[in-house]
Amino acid sequence: MTRITGVSRRQVLKGAGAGLLTSLAAPMVFSKGAWAQDFCNNPTGDTVTFGFNVPQTGSYAEEGLDQLKGYQLAVKHLNGEGDGGMINTLKPSALKGNGILGKKVAFVTGDTQTKTDAARDSARRMIERDNAIMVTGSVSSGEAIAVQSLCQEMGVIYMSGLTHSNDTTGKDKRRYGFRHYFNAYQSGVAIAPFLAQEYGRDRRAYHLTADYTWGWTQEESIKAATEQLGWETVATVRTPLGIGDFSQYITPVQNSGADVLILNHYGHDMVNSLPQAVQFGLRDRQVNGKDFQIVVPMFSELMAVGAGDAVKGIIGTSNWHWNLPDDGSKAFTKSYGEEYGAPPSQSSHTGYVQALLYADACERAGTFYPPEVIKALEGFEFDGLGNGPTLYRDTDHQCFKEVLVVRGNMSPTSKFDVLDIIGHTSRDEVTYDPAMFGGDLGPYDPNNC
Amino acid sequence: MNVIFAQLLNGLDKGGAYALIALGLTLVFGTLGVVNFAHGALFMLGAFCAVTFRYLITLETVTVDPEKLSPWGAPLEIRTPLAQNWLGDFGAVLIDYSVPISILLAIPVMLVIGVVMERGLIKHFYRRTHAEQILVTFGLAIVLQEIVRSVFGANPIPQPAPQDLRGAADFGVWLGMAPNVLTYPLWRLVYFLFSIGIIGAVFAFLHFTTFGMVVRAGMVDRETVGLIGIDIGRRFTIMFGIAAVVAGLAGVMYTPLLPPNYHLGMDFLVLSFVVVVVGGMGSLPGAVAAGFLLGILQSFASMTGVKAIIPGIDQIIIYLVAVVILLVRPRGLMGRRGVMES
Repeated sequence: MTRITGVSRRQVLKGAGAGLLTSLAAPMVFSKGAWAQDFCNNPTGDTVTFGFNVPQTGSYAEEGLDQLKGYQLAVKHLNGEGDGGMINTLKPSALKGNGILGKKVAFVTGDTQTKTDAARDSARRMIERDNAIMVTGSVSSGEAIAVQSLCQEMGVIYMSGLTHSNDTTGKDKRRYGFRHYFNAYQSGVAIAPFLAQEYGRDRRAYHLTADYTWGWTQEESIKAATEQLGWETVATVRTPLGIGDFSQYITPVQNSGADVLILNHYGHDMVNSLPQAVQFGLRDRQVNGKDFQIVVPMFSELMAVGAGDAVKGIIGTSNWHWNLPDDGSKAFTKSYGEEYGAPPSQSSHTGYVQALLYADACERAGTFYPPEVIKALEGFEFDGLGNGPTLYRDTDHQCFKEVLVVRGNMSPTSKFDVLDIIGHTSRDEVTYDPAMFGGDLGPYDPNNC
Repeated sequence: MNVIFAQLLNGLDKGGAYALIALGLTLVFGTLGVVNFAHGALFMLGAFCAVTFRYLITLETVTVDPEKLSPWGAPLEIRTPLAQNWLGDFGAVLIDYSVPISILLAIPVMLVIGVVMERGLIKHFYRRTHAEQILVTFGLAIVLQEIVRSVFGANPIPQPAPQDLRGAADFGVWLGMAPNVLTYPLWRLVYFLFSIGIIGAVFAFLHFTTFGMVVRAGMVDRETVGLIGIDIGRRFTIMFGIAAVVAGLAGVMYTPLLPPNYHLGMDFLVLSFVVVVVGGMGSLPGAVAAGFLLGILQSFASMTGVKAIIPGIDQIIIYLVAVVILLVRPRGLMGRRGVMES
C-alpha cells in the first residue's frame, strides 16, 4: 500500500494556486500566435489569401478592372517579384519582399457587377469558401459600405478601394474598414477656391447626381462648398445609376437659368453624361452674361479617356495622378507601365497602396490577428506612396493627405496625357472633425466566421 | 415654351428607337404570329455590327519611336490605323464615318441572321402556344447576348459620331429665337430623321410593291393566299429577315447615343413590348405611333417640374400610360379585333 506522506494541505493549496496562475499567465507569455484559432481564416499553411472584390462588369467596370491590375502588381511586389515598386519608397516600412510574415501572398478575385448585393455575396464567398484573410476593392461607395459592414460582422479586415462617399468613414464607418481614398467633403474643400478663381463668385449651379450614397454626399459637399463661395444652387436632380442616355435630364438644364452644370457622376455615367452635355451645346452657351461651364468634382484618367474631347478644360479633383514627381509615384508608374503598357489610374493606385498598407501593418503587428493589425493601421503616419505625408486617422479610419485639383488637358501630347494637375490642396486644409459625419467604429472583438 | 419644345425634340430620337424596334416586332407578329422576345437581341447585334466594322477599320500598325519615351520610361509606341496607312485621307474619313458606313455591313449580316433564326428555330414553334414562343425566343436572346459578351466583353464600347455631326443644331435660331437658346445634338436629329426614313421605307415596301401587297394579304388571311398558289411561307421568312434588318439598323445608328454592350437588347426589349401592346398587337401604324408617344412622354416626365409633383415618375411613366391605355382601350391604340384574343 502506498501512502503519500509529507504533503500538507497548505502545500496542496499552494501548488493548485501556482498551477492556476501559470495557466492564466501562459497566453500572455506566448502572446504572438497564441490566438491561433480565435479569428476568422487564420492562415495555417505557407500562403495567405487576399480577396480582390472589384466591379468587372457594370457602370464602374473599367475602374474596377484597372484596380484589379494594381492589386495583382502589389501581390507580385509583396512576394519579391518584379522591381518592388513602392515597397522601396514606403517609409516607415516593415515589408521585406518575401510575402507577409514568411507566407507568400495568394489571391482570389470576384466581380461585384457594380451592385451592392453582388459585392456582398462575392465578399462572403471569398471569406467562407476561399478563406480570405483580408478583403479589398470597390469602385462604388454603395458596394464599399455593404462589404465593410459584412466584414465587421465576420471579423475580416476590409481595405476599401475607390469609394468617395463621406458615409464610408462617416456614419457607416466600421472598426474593420479602412479607406485610403479621399472623400466628397475633401473634394469640395479642394475644388472651391479654384472654381472661384476660374468662374467667379456669382454663379448659378445645376446638379445632376447619381442616385446613391456617393452621389448624395458629393452633391451635399459640393453644394455646401459652392454656396459658401456665393454660388446659388438652381436645382439638384437625381439620375438612376447606369442609365446611359442622360438626354432627358440634360435638356431641362438649357432653360433653367443655370450657368454651371455640376455632374456628380462617375465611371460610365460620367463618360456618357459629359459628352452628351457637350453635344447639347451647353459649353457654347452664354447664360446670365457668362460662358456656361461644366464641372465634374471627382474624375479620373480612365473617365477622361472615355469622355474624349468633351473633357478638355473641365475642372475636377483626383486622389492621385501618375504624373506626380515624387519617388513613390515614379516607382509605381514605372512598374505598372512595364507590366501593363499604360500608366496607372488612381483606381489602381489606391488598390495597390491598400494592399501594401495592410501587409505592412501585419508585419509591424507580427500577426494576422485582426485587432492587432487594426491597431497597427490606426494612427499610422507614412510617406512614399505618392500622396506625400499621410495619416490613417484612428478615429474614423480615413486617410488624410493632400488632394489634387485637375483639369482636362486642352492640348494632350499623347493618349495618356489627358489631365493636368492645376493645384494641390494641403492635408491640413482637407482635415476635418471626425464628429462631423457621425458614425461609430464598433468593437475590435474578432469574430469566427 | 422652350423647355416643352426641347423635351419634345428629346423624346423624338428615343421614340424613334422604340418605334423601329416595335415595328420589327409587329412585322414578325403580324406575318408569322410569333411573339419574338429575341428581337431586342437583334437590335444589340446590329449595334455590334458597327463595333465590328470600326474594329476592323481601325486595326493598327505599331512602330517604335526611340527618340521619345512613354510615361514609364520605355520607347514610345506609335500606332497608326492600317486604313489610314493604305488610303491616306480617305482612310481617315472612313474611320470618322464608320458608324453610318457600317450600315453596309449590317444589312446583309442582319438579313442572314434573321433568315437563319427563322428557318433554324422559329419555324418549329409556329403551331405552339405564345407562352412557348416567348420562352424559346427569350432563351435565344440570352444565348445571343452571352455569345456577344464572350467575344466583346461586358463593357460598353463607345462609337463616336462623325466629327461633322458631333455638335449641336441651333433650333432656336431656326425658330427665330436668340442663338443658343434651344440647341439639340446633331446626331440625335440624324437618328430621328433616319428612323422616319426607315419607317417610311418599310411602309412604302409593304404598300407599293407586289411583294408587300402579297405579304399584307397573307397577314389578313394566310390560308387563302396559299390556296391561290403563292408560297407565303417563303415571303414571311424574308419578312422576318427584313424585321431583323430594321432592328439591326436601329442598333447601328444608336451606338453614338449609347455605347453598346451585350445587355443593350434586353434594356430595350421590355420597353418595346410595352410599345407594341400600347400600339395594338399586330398594328404597324400603332407600333410607330406608340413608340413616338411613349418616347416623348418619358422625356416630359423627366422635367424637373413634373418630378417635383410626382417623384420618380420618369421611371414609371411608360408603364403607367400602358396601364391606363389598356384599361380604356384593351386592344391598344390601333389594335385589331381578334388578335391574341382567342
